Amino acid sequence: MNPQQIAIALWTLVHKEIKRFTRIWPQTLLPPSITMTMYFIIFGNLIGSRIGEMDGYSYMDFIVPGLIMMAVITNSYSNVASSFFSNKFQRSIEEMMVSPMPNWVILSGFVLGGMARGLGVGLIVTGVSLFFTRIEVAHPLLTVFVVVLTAALFAIGGFINALLGKKFDDISIVPTFVLTPLTYLGGVFYSISLLPDFWQGVSMLNPILYMVNVFRYGFLGVSDIPVGWALAAVLAFISVLYGVALWMLKHGKGIRS
Amino acid sequence: MAEPALSIRGLTKVYGNGFEALKGIDLDVAQGDFYALLGPNGAGKSTTLGVVCSLVQKTAGKITIFGIDVDTDFARAKYHLGVVPQEFNFSQFEKVIDIVLAQAGYYGMSRREALPRAEQLLRDLSLWDKRNGPARMLSGGMKRRLMIARALMHRPKLLILDEPTAGVDIELRRSMWEYMRRINREEGVTIILTTHYLEEAESLCRRVGIINHGEIVRDTSVRELLAELDTETFLLDLAHPVAAAPEVEGFEISRVDDAQLAVVVHRGQRLNDVFAALSEQGMQVMSMRNRANRLEEMFVSMVEDDQQKEARP
Repeated sequence: MNPQQIAIALWTLVHKEIKRFTRIWPQTLLPPSITMTMYFIIFGNLIGSRIGEMDGYSYMDFIVPGLIMMAVITNSYSNVASSFFSNKFQRSIEEMMVSPMPNWVILSGFVLGGMARGLGVGLIVTGVSLFFTRIEVAHPLLTVFVVVLTAALFAIGGFINALLGKKFDDISIVPTFVLTPLTYLGGVFYSISLLPDFWQGVSMLNPILYMVNVFRYGFLGVSDIPVGWALAAVLAFISVLYGVALWMLKHGKGIRS
Repeated sequence: MAEPALSIRGLTKVYGNGFEALKGIDLDVAQGDFYALLGPNGAGKSTTLGVVCSLVQKTAGKITIFGIDVDTDFARAKYHLGVVPQEFNFSQFEKVIDIVLAQAGYYGMSRREALPRAEQLLRDLSLWDKRNGPARMLSGGMKRRLMIARALMHRPKLLILDEPTAGVDIELRRSMWEYMRRINREEGVTIILTTHYLEEAESLCRRVGIINHGEIVRDTSVRELLAELDTETFLLDLAHPVAAAPEVEGFEISRVDDAQLAVVVHRGQRLNDVFAALSEQGMQVMSMRNRANRLEEMFVSMVEDDQQKEARP
């Protein structure tokens, strides 16, 4: 395929993915908005006022970046996991497999679609948060950069999950038993400086901690861990997972007999 | 001499559980041909086509499409290939028009180029009125036609149809045959189809390959195959019931039911002799038809011969 044909194929796939999640917006865009509103009301307003300050910021201001990131992570992941698995289940993935589209275009198309939903929901949650607090962004470029990287990373994760999944249960296990605990333990609701040394060390093994912290640094200018180190870790995760997903596609793992 | 539209050499497929689905298949399909791949369930038809379309990974062998080796330049080979699978493989929730336009996009066709092509195909296949409805609302026959339209969007030179008329009513089947004949004749599209309707193969195809137990047991023209057939079975409907099958010298006659007889006629024998003998015995034949189509008889006997050979120690 020449570059123009590749661009058309990639846009076709991305457009199709965006159309899919916007068509079913009551299932994809509305629920996270309502859930996050509940978090803001309960944790931010009701409980947060009793907690006091965290790292020098009101509890509401502290949790806003983490909750936005949580929405981005879960939506990027689940969009690709459910969309690609549905394509496998309905066998419409064969439409792409018999076409001359390179594997990286297929992977990138789904990943960009997942990122679009993750970032879209992130924007909605940011909009909702404005009803509860005044947001000031200390480092706008860094904030955008890290949220885009995070959306990409978890969209790739969702793709690998969908490739390996054999039944619908398989694509809900990882979000429920891995992603959600890691997100909750990734410093969304607290600063890891509150933890004993041992648990701080354990927390450092959680990749989500780095993303939440860099994102929070972008907003508030404070972070539990060095920003450069965290960005490098995220980029490394993306490179490795993208390579793994591409290798699996090339060898037909989970899609070819 | 022109490169074959499809050339397969030594194609082998062994599944993970050790089952050898294809045992070194060799096959050539000429450009412009209308080729039928026949075989009983599990013979290896779909596996063969699956490998050609890259949906199944081969264990060994070489495949070229219009001379392009799929191992070295599959992307270029895929431009020539259109696939209509046996089972519906599109998103049931998408609109008909979106399904065909997306397929064009996967081949790098711009929307400006794809829209008139989609309209032409959907009109040709009587789906234009359904274009804005979700695919799940289509009938089974419409879904099959949608897959044909989708496969033709990028103007492939080789169209592979895996049981395209399965579950389609007779009227629709015939209109699909006419469409396939037309694109083969007028647009020069090489067509390979698998089918269980042997009448379909006899009516449409010029050449036929018979596959059984993962091996091609015959690869010849339909005409040659039929010429080898030396037996036909006719069903005769009688005016009045008979208690037993009549005896007519030189013919095998059996009683199907009270008023129907089956007569086996070998090459060189005259049906007139049967009618005359039955008339002498006071039986009147009201109507007559073939029990099975000729190709079907040939196919069944070939597969049975093959099985008997395998059963021999």
